[in-house]
Amino acid sequence: MCGIAGLFSKSTAFEQRLGDHLSDMLIQMADRGPDSAGVAFYRNPAPTGCSKLTLFSPDDQYSWDDLAGQLSKAFGGAHAPEVRASHAVIVVETDADDAGRWVIDNHPELRVMSAGQSIEIYKEKGDPRQFIERFGLRELSGTHALGHTRMATESIVTTEHSHPFSTGLDLCLVHNGSLSNHNRLREELRREGLTIQTDNDSEVAAAYLTWKMREGASLTEALESGLDDLDGFYTFAVGTADGFAVLRDPIACKPAVMSESDEWVAMASEYRAIAVLPGAETARVWEPEPGQVYIWEKQRV
Amino acid sequence: MTATETAVETVDLTDTPIRELNQRLHDAAEGGPQRWRIIHPGGIHAIAAGVNAPLEIDIDGHVGYYCAGMNKEAQVRIHGSAGVGLAENIMSGSVIVDGDASQSAAATGRGGLVVVRGNAAARCGISMKGVNIVVEGNVGHLSGFMAQKGALVVCGDAGEALGDSIYETHIYVRGSVAELGADCIEKEFGDFHLAELTGLLAEAGVDCDAADFKRYGSARKLYNFDIDNADAY
Repeated sequence: MCGIAGLFSKSTAFEQRLGDHLSDMLIQMADRGPDSAGVAFYRNPAPTGCSKLTLFSPDDQYSWDDLAGQLSKAFGGAHAPEVRASHAVIVVETDADDAGRWVIDNHPELRVMSAGQSIEIYKEKGDPRQFIERFGLRELSGTHALGHTRMATESIVTTEHSHPFSTGLDLCLVHNGSLSNHNRLREELRREGLTIQTDNDSEVAAAYLTWKMREGASLTEALESGLDDLDGFYTFAVGTADGFAVLRDPIACKPAVMSESDEWVAMASEYRAIAVLPGAETARVWEPEPGQVYIWEKQRV
Repeated sequence: MTATETAVETVDLTDTPIRELNQRLHDAAEGGPQRWRIIHPGGIHAIAAGVNAPLEIDIDGHVGYYCAGMNKEAQVRIHGSAGVGLAENIMSGSVIVDGDASQSAAATGRGGLVVVRGNAAARCGISMKGVNIVVEGNVGHLSGFMAQKGALVVCGDAGEALGDSIYETHIYVRGSVAELGADCIEKEFGDFHLAELTGLLAEAGVDCDAADFKRYGSARKLYNFDIDNADAY
């Protein structure tokens, strides 16, 4: 069992309180996943020509300012890191691929949690309620966000094994369920050149989507081909720069509820995570059909 | 009846723990309020589970898992939608949902009536053993799986594997059936079935013509293992 929450803002006023509302949702899902928690927020896009990294260090005393200095030296500009507990978000004056590669090459002690224009990923083992407080999630604004509470079944409980898993630039995946063909698929994806950092089954699903989209598939097409290639139980929520997508396995082993009001679109493992949102009592509520892709995206102007 | 028995007892689940509410509903079998109104259910699990008295219970809003599970005699009305396992193992009485019901509604139910005004998701009436179920909308896949007794009425469409490995439940569907499950076939629609269906539609307060339905039931090839029927599994 795990818990998933996704929240998409339809008004700028709601964007300001996104962190507060997603935190409330995550707390409702805490007893579905007391082992670890994680979130992906889409917020504060990096300026044109720049990109944004979220980095994790297991060292509490890590000198993020030194790292930011080195990045300024390598790529120019000067951006102060925004530190939240064990994570830091740094804007880099180059594209996200270059920035991520530089960190991997020069600082193997760090883990790149996310890279892109607007995505920030924070995740940590331990109780979801403490996670929300430690990372100050309530103060975060954003256009949309995903959250996950983990009850591990397929791999060990560490920060690295927590969700969301980044699936590419500005893309991430959270998963409730378990995959049974992840070992073979992991080897196949590695042969295709994908980097998979853990033995976690959900990270394989994330890498699978990255691979499909690299080959030219849209997110919907990638998820639809996952119906054939990913064997197991799942409700997936996938975050994109513009919104999020939801897919349940064809026999609906794992729950999901969706809801929409004038101010927001939400998805969660259970309705009680939606009930805490303002206006939930009069919002439209429905259960997504198994094997069908649902996508909410902001209209690009 | 005394004044306490006719007054409506209102319970707000924002400040009443679910165990306290359920204990009070169980205690009502020994006397006390017979009409209850539960407000702000907020998707909480196991609301009004295990009630064992002819209470009238109205729930204002959406409920979580296993609402009205094991219900005996009570009439439960949910003014909203229900999560997984609504009225699971219902024994008697009635459970009516104004909205949709998630998976496994009325699973293993032994008696009583469950009405879903919207759609029911997958596995509706799975292993039902005497309950009657009326769904005004559609039901998802594997509904009526191993269904033994009672009737499942679907006014909309049915998903894949309807009535898979069914025993003696009568299934009535007005709309389309995506696929029949193993050993489930369309069966004759006699006078008995017309009367049964008409009665159930009336009891559920559904305005549908019984003549528009088809009936499905067991081909009875899988009751006992017979090597000649191996292909039917």
